[in-house]
Amino acid sequence: MQEHDLSYVRTEMVLAQAAPAGEKGTGAWVRRNLFATPMDSVLTVLGLLLVAFILPPILNWAFISAQWSGTDRSVCATVAQGGLQPDGWSGACWAFVNAKFMQFMLGRYPDAERWRPILTALIFVALLVPLLMPSAPRKGLNAVLFFFVFPIVAFVLLTGGWFGLPHVETPLWGGLMVTLVLSFVGIAVSLPLGIVLALGRRSKMPIVKMLSVVFIETVRGVPLVTVLFMASVMLPLFLPAGVSFDKLMRALVGVALFASAYMAEVIRGGLQAIPKGQYEGADSLGLGYWQKMTLIVLPQALKLVIPGIVNTFIGLFKDTSLVYIIGMFDLLGIVRQNFSDATWASAQTPITGLIFAAFVFWIFCFGMSRYSIFMERRLDTGHKR
Amino acid sequence: MALQETVGSTDVSRGSFINDPKIRGIIFQTVVVILLFALVYWIVGNTIENLRRSNISSGFGFLRGRAGFDVSSSLIEFTSDSTYARGLVVGFLNTLLVAVCGIITASIVGFTVGVGRLSHNWLIRKICTVYVEIFRNIPPLLVIFFWYFGVLSVLPQPRESIELGVPLGGENFLSFSTFLNNRGFFMPKPVWGDGSWLILAGLVVAIVLTIFVARRAKIRQAATGEQFPVFLTGLGLILGLPILAFFLAGMPVTLDLPVASTFNLVGGIQVKPEFLSLYLALSFYTAAFIAEIVRAGILGVSKGQSEASAALGLRSGQALRLVIIPQAMRIVIPPLTSQYLNLTKNSSLAIAIGFPDLVAIGGTILNQTGQAIEIVAIWMAVYLGLSLATSAFMNWFNAKMALVER
Amino acid sequence: MTNKVAVMLGAAAFGLVASAASATTLDDVKAKGFLQCGVSSGLAGFSAPNDKGDWLGLDADFCRAVAAAVFGDGSKVKFTPLSAKERFTALQSGEIDVLSRNTTWTINRDTALGLNFAGVTYFDGQGFMINAKKLPGVNSALQLSGASVCVQTGTTTELNLADYFKANNLEYNPVVFEKLEEVNAAYDSGRCDVYTTDQSGLYGIRLTLTAPDDHVVLPEIISKEPLGPVVRQGDDQWFDIVKWTYYALLTAEELGITKANVEEMKSSTNPEIKRILGVEADTKIGTDLGVTNDWVVNIVKAVGNYGEVFENNVGAGSPLKIARGINALWTKGGLQYAPPIR
Repeated sequence: MQEHDLSYVRTEMVLAQAAPAGEKGTGAWVRRNLFATPMDSVLTVLGLLLVAFILPPILNWAFISAQWSGTDRSVCATVAQGGLQPDGWSGACWAFVNAKFMQFMLGRYPDAERWRPILTALIFVALLVPLLMPSAPRKGLNAVLFFFVFPIVAFVLLTGGWFGLPHVETPLWGGLMVTLVLSFVGIAVSLPLGIVLALGRRSKMPIVKMLSVVFIETVRGVPLVTVLFMASVMLPLFLPAGVSFDKLMRALVGVALFASAYMAEVIRGGLQAIPKGQYEGADSLGLGYWQKMTLIVLPQALKLVIPGIVNTFIGLFKDTSLVYIIGMFDLLGIVRQNFSDATWASAQTPITGLIFAAFVFWIFCFGMSRYSIFMERRLDTGHKR
Repeated sequence: MALQETVGSTDVSRGSFINDPKIRGIIFQTVVVILLFALVYWIVGNTIENLRRSNISSGFGFLRGRAGFDVSSSLIEFTSDSTYARGLVVGFLNTLLVAVCGIITASIVGFTVGVGRLSHNWLIRKICTVYVEIFRNIPPLLVIFFWYFGVLSVLPQPRESIELGVPLGGENFLSFSTFLNNRGFFMPKPVWGDGSWLILAGLVVAIVLTIFVARRAKIRQAATGEQFPVFLTGLGLILGLPILAFFLAGMPVTLDLPVASTFNLVGGIQVKPEFLSLYLALSFYTAAFIAEIVRAGILGVSKGQSEASAALGLRSGQALRLVIIPQAMRIVIPPLTSQYLNLTKNSSLAIAIGFPDLVAIGGTILNQTGQAIEIVAIWMAVYLGLSLATSAFMNWFNAKMALVER
Repeated sequence: MTNKVAVMLGAAAFGLVASAASATTLDDVKAKGFLQCGVSSGLAGFSAPNDKGDWLGLDADFCRAVAAAVFGDGSKVKFTPLSAKERFTALQSGEIDVLSRNTTWTINRDTALGLNFAGVTYFDGQGFMINAKKLPGVNSALQLSGASVCVQTGTTTELNLADYFKANNLEYNPVVFEKLEEVNAAYDSGRCDVYTTDQSGLYGIRLTLTAPDDHVVLPEIISKEPLGPVVRQGDDQWFDIVKWTYYALLTAEELGITKANVEEMKSSTNPEIKRILGVEADTKIGTDLGVTNDWVVNIVKAVGNYGEVFENNVGAGSPLKIARGINALWTKGGLQYAPPIR
């Protein structure tokens, strides 16, 4: 078909030309991303105005006008309020956070014993980091240490009463330490309990199924506050006279039961996503119910719902702040309690403390969600359709 | 199912009935039931014993008792002479009020931010992402405290209230008679005089007319392709008719303006800071989650749909409104329902700032009467009822929105 | 036995289960080796932790006095901070042995809630506090119509408030909070115009405000608030110990026995002093009560007499500077009166 003597056929390729000046560089990026259409330009201008309206005052408040050190409220109050700052001053009172930092972390844990929670935290980090790094060796041993040995060590270290360690009562615990203890125990209890409930809900035994459904739906239908109230006000009524639980223990029971109902629903989603063939394949291999579940179904199902599980963890972590309502002093509670400390009370104290607490919560939750995205990508072994 | 039956019916060789899954199931369930009964028996026994020991009578008779306390904000009349039951109703209505206001605002903010996260505009996209990432990762209680202690309680005292209005230059100031101070937000309250029903009637007529016009316009567009400015007409009717009625009836509405007294501003409508902070916090917190749901919903509509609408000549706004969002709604509704329920349940955090919702008032009654079991049962029943009602409504809505297949 | 089982169960579960079962409260307390005392979570002058976490105040000192009577050592006491809502459940469930938390004695609490009030360690009444700087013209509670009033929920205070304003045809706007700190913070930030609680509480709270001198307590007292220690019903021996600890404090003041002179007083010739200090021959007053005969000596050594406790914690020797008023001994025109110890 082709004619060989056509004169306009090129024999060598033309060298690629550089893109036109208007299509590259900052100018083009700005045009494409910020001023593509008139509407876009309007939005950009509005957005810029918003940023210009919000950001400078925040930066000024948080850094430039902020007070970083001091011994009492006078550094954070204006002259009219009985302090040192000029009238009209407004800035973060980081001095307050600075002075109360250890209290925010450990509550009223006795000074002499503070090395114990700190040591616990170090062990926690030392065990958790290799567990989270996919490349670190000896995962099995690490997991056993983390989930079985660490809780015992942490319990002995934190409460004391053994090996010559003085006993530290839980009402003295507080701050981030309580938040972490509640979250850790909540996570460690709610995951297995959630699996059991999810299996129960998918069970063919009508009574087991009904009980699971009733429990899950009831707990999911009511606010955590009422569950915590129930744990703190009604649990003593349910137990025989004279037996009483520690307040922290009651909160733990409430938080763990609450989280397990949500966990169960997430895991049920995973169980439902496993094709029927997998169940039938396991049956045909002659595996019993528990073998089938632990060897075939759950590993696949849990992998599918890792994002959901982590989201439940994040929710649980945030929800631990509610124990403040039943009179315990977690991170948020202890920050809140310190607002009324006469040494530090000033107009800037509450907001500074809250922003500090928000920052700590944010770091943990954001870290968890990023890690979940990372794991999701890693575990995405190509089975997704 | 089939599998079990096969095993059950053909399994003769195993000999022992213990290995029969059916019988095992029955035995296991019997054990569970017995254990459960034992536990319930033990708990009930302990509870009765404890109640007897501390002389607390059980039953809901206490609800008829005189409350004796006052409530700071109530939608229905409540005095200290009212009954406990009425107090609980007041709390329930306050819970509903916060939930409904919060759901509306959270939906509006959430949809805006969710669409904004997918904007072509880099700046808008980033602003929306920052918003979502901040609010999703801090506890709602903290957001409530932030508004209450960080924002509303640092507003000036009633005497130095911030007056909202438009500066007209110099000494002139067009006041809206609307004030903001640390006791809340004050605005004028309309007082409906004789003949006010005409205004309401005007509004109703306008709405009916607008619906009628919209229908006719749709039919006409389907038949001839000509468009009719329904929105502008509707706006004109809904605004115009009541205003016309207002003048025809001889201007029966007067305004009750908030004015300063010894302690506070009196008159007008007062929105308490407790309500404001709860409402704002729940709206902003939930909006971050709704934004993510909306984003996922829009991303879930295949790209072909937006390309097809572009090919039909729809502008991007029209494509979003007419093609993308209706389809995205199907993906969005189930998770949106659970966010609405979460917002309703989170409204129970009101107790931390003293807003009299169901849990706060229930807590007060619990304190006064010691009827812990009854109060907790009422809480649970009400929230479960709300959850079920919301789920039912959203299921109905979902079914209505579902893809009608050929 | 039950005790041990429960403790072991607890240790197995999380080790955080406390127990107080079958035996009498006194035996339980002795077995534990300390007294578990419920106090308020922080009310200056009555029970509040200082920087080191030691509980100070009149209510806390009463706990020490009971511990001293039982153990001869006022430091053998552990404090459980309780909110208004938790206090009775904690006592009923045996979590604490005695509740010394500015609790008002009412017939309802004495009967329906199954409690016993061991006496009135402080006669109080509900009052109002305002910021005089912001409200210069107000000097009576009757001028408070239209005010926003901060009050702690779940207390008799809340009910008295409603009754008082209703009886006087005054309007008000309640601002209620669950916890004392929350009410304090709300009042201090200007969320409300008036703070109402027991007058002693108002003096204590005033100290913790940012500008204490700006605030004044109005003269009206709108209720009777006899505050005292509480025990469970059904254990008369324990009730007696707590009750007579209180009377011992009063009697010591009446007879002039103080922390400083209690040792010298032992060699006093006054038969009454000899009798209550347990130095009379063959005395059985202490052992009949279930404690040692030198119990009053121990109490006074630990905390001093009632007058000293009062002055140190809420009176002239404290920042609160509350006058003795009706809390003076009956011999000085007050209401504090102890039956004879003989």
